[in-house]
Order: sequence, then structure tokens, then C-alpha cells
Amino acid sequence: MPEDSIYIARSSAIAARALAGEMMVMKAADSTFFTMNEVATVIFQAADGRTPLREIVRDLVCEQFDVDPEQAQADAAQFVAELSSHGILLVSNQPLTAGASR
Amino acid sequence: MTLMTEMGQKAFNLGVPIAVHMDVTYRCNERCVHCYLDHDDHGEMTTAEIKDVLDQLAEAGVFFLTFSGGEVFMRRDFFEILEHARRLMFNVKIKTNGVMIHEEEARRIRDLDVDTIQISVYSHRPEVHDAITKLPHSFERTIKSIRFLREQGLRVTIANVMMTVNSADHLAVQKLAAELGAHYTLDPTITPMMDGDTSVLSLRIPGEELPEIFHNPALVGSQEEFCAPPKPPSEEDLESYSCSAGHSFCYISPYGEVFPCVQFPLPTGNIRQQKFLDIWNLSPQLQEVRSIQAKDLTVCSSCSHVGSCSRCPGLAYMEGSMRGPSTADCEKSFYRTGVPTANMLQQGLSRPRTISSNNAPLIQIRPIAVPA
Repeated sequence: MPEDSIYIARSSAIAARALAGEMMVMKAADSTFFTMNEVATVIFQAADGRTPLREIVRDLVCEQFDVDPEQAQADAAQFVAELSSHGILLVSNQPLTAGASR
Repeated sequence: MTLMTEMGQKAFNLGVPIAVHMDVTYRCNERCVHCYLDHDDHGEMTTAEIKDVLDQLAEAGVFFLTFSGGEVFMRRDFFEILEHARRLMFNVKIKTNGVMIHEEEARRIRDLDVDTIQISVYSHRPEVHDAITKLPHSFERTIKSIRFLREQGLRVTIANVMMTVNSADHLAVQKLAAELGAHYTLDPTITPMMDGDTSVLSLRIPGEELPEIFHNPALVGSQEEFCAPPKPPSEEDLESYSCSAGHSFCYISPYGEVFPCVQFPLPTGNIRQQKFLDIWNLSPQLQEVRSIQAKDLTVCSSCSHVGSCSRCPGLAYMEGSMRGPSTADCEKSFYRTGVPTANMLQQGLSRPRTISSNNAPLIQIRPIAVPA
């Protein structure tokens, strides 16, 4: 999937809240508990289903953190793939509705 | 330390209210003999008010949200409240008697990804359960609701309040929970009624029966560890705080009142008059609760149990002082270890007098082996 057309949305089947910049996430299905660092939290919070991942990384991550843009894009893609495998993020090449899908 | 414990500690240190217990109503369709609530509606928050409170709680950083009552389903708008809470991404637990949960309600609860549903079951014998709830056929309806919820794959916890009238039944209820695929919690806590009436305390099991519970490995895990004599308190013990009440946890009543805990009736403000965060950050009462370390306790600071006692500041408050001892917890520490507490020794007692009339043992025990 070309990164320009990757859209991410938060699953509705989770609970989530930021605590001092770190996102806590719990899956409803099995109560698995995750925390995210500040960079991952920025991506998670921006996962509205409408903004392409590449744009999130370029406009938010690279703006707020001192990171190499190419590395940031690669790390973000890996992070998204991992959260997607846990059912925490929904990934599509079409815009999605955040929090509306399981 | 688990990741969740670590985040809980972080919230405690930062003073973030990570968990809130909210009673949405005191109305109930059962009339349990031990209940401490007045079931009349004295002006519950409206749907809009509750939604606004939930918005404020999300902004304040609340992650774990427990809805309870009364019976939550007595509110016709409960699903609307629940939907709003889940849109705000709270981890939601519901405490209910289950009587109004049928297949359709169970499905809706599943669709909203509620974390856990806790349901009260007092006995495996219908006649005993129904006599406690004073609602005919309530046992049958409650057990049916558990089956509906389990069929939807939801996590259910059976809460078994232990009192004189059902004290012989807890092992059978635990077995019933296992058959239903539910977790099990035993709770011998009976508290005075909200109007101060202590007559319900006659239902409390005698303290002498506590050792049987404390020495049951299915309930307490390692008996050697649980019942070990107290170690001499360290500096760290004396600088510690009682619990999360008022530090990272609070209780909100159906009328918007904020308290440090459901069992700590110290008024700190009302959400109908102030923003939640203003109460949380600025209430002198909450600041006082947060300031109390073990070394500040009037009697307990010199007690050998101070490092291991589950002293409840709310029960101590109800007994007269939030810095004083909670006799119920003194009894618990004594019956757990056989070692008298400073509170008992100060009164010249080598064992608890009898069950005291103004408080209740605070014990929440989860069995180690829970069904899958």
C-alpha cells in the first residue's frame, strides 16, 4: 500500500487516555494493556481516518520532534502495522471513520 | 510491577484522577436487606448533566470508569450514557443486579465493548438470594442475565456479599461462578445506611469467622504470605499514603456530589456548582486527604501493622477521624495475623472486643484461580 494513501483510525473496541503525554490503551476483547511513548501518542491521537499517515508524520511528528523525516516515516509505518495487528488501529487505503469501526 | 500498576502509580504521583466510580441513580428494583442506600430520587443529574460530567472526566484524564447505583438500568437513558462514555474512550465497568438484562441488553453491552459487568449473587439457593433482595424470582433472572452476558463473550464478575444470612453459601456461589464462566469476589462489607442507621450491621458476620476466610487458599492465595506476622515498619512505610482515594480516584453521586471514595463520605464539592477539575485540584478537603501519610496517623503510626494493614481512611472517617484507626481493619489485621494492633493494645485488648457497631470489615478478596 503506498504510504500516501494509508489512512489510520482508532478502533472503537478499545479504551484510551493520555497520561502525562503517554497514551494508555486497553483492548476490550482481552483487557490487554499498552502504553505509547510521546511520538506514538501523537500519531494515535491524529488517527482520525481522514488524514493520510504520511501527512500526520510530516506535519505533526517531524514538527514536534527532532527526527529524520525518512526515518520517522519508516518508524511510523512499523508502529501502525504493529497496532493494526493488535486491532488497536484500523488501516485502509480509503478514508475511515475514527472510532466507528471494530 | 505490571505496566498497569506502573501507570496507576504514575497517576497517583501526578495527582491525576485515573479512576472514577459514578453512581447514576440510587433507585433500585431490589430492596436488599443489607443495602445502605435511600432509594428515593432526590434530584438525579439529567442525561445532559451526566454527559457533561463525562466530558469533564475525560478531559481530566479519567481512564477507568465504573457505573453503579442503585440499579443502573433503572435509568431509561443508561444506554445513552454508556454510549457517550464509550465514545469518550473510557474503560467502562458496570455494577448491576442483572435483573433487567436480557439478550438484547447483553448484545448492546457487548457492542459497546464494556470491560466487565459485576453482578451481585448472594447465594446458590434461590430462596436465600430472593429473601435478601426481596424481589421474587430475582435469582432466576440474575443467573439468566449472566448467561446472556457470557454468551456474548463478556467478562462477568459475581460479587458475593457475605453476611449472617448467607455465610454458609460462599463456596457454592464460587462454584456456581465457575460453572457460569464468571470471576468471583467475596465481600463481607456491610456499611451503615446513608442516614446513619446502623441496624443493618447486625447482618455482618462475626469477626471470629474471618480466620476461616483468611486461611482459605482459594480466596487469599498464599496463606503464609497473607497471614504472615507484620514486619517492623520502614521509613518508606511511614511515608506512604493509605490508598488511592482522593489521590487518583474519587466517587461521584447521582446528585453531582464528589467524594474521595464511595466509602469515604467527606463532601468535597458538587459538579452542579463547580467544574470537576476545580473540585479535584482546589478542594481543601481533598488536599487534606492527600496530605496524610502513615506517620501522621494518631494511633496507627505506632502500630506494628502500619506497613501491611489495609486501613481504610473512609471507614476511619466514619468512625470519627480520617487520621484515626479503622476498627474494622484492626480486626482484619488481627484475625489475619493473630497479632494485636496498637488500637487494640491502647484499649487494653488482646483480641477484638466483638464486632463494633459503627463500622464494617473492609475486605475485598479475589480468588487466585479464576475460570477462563
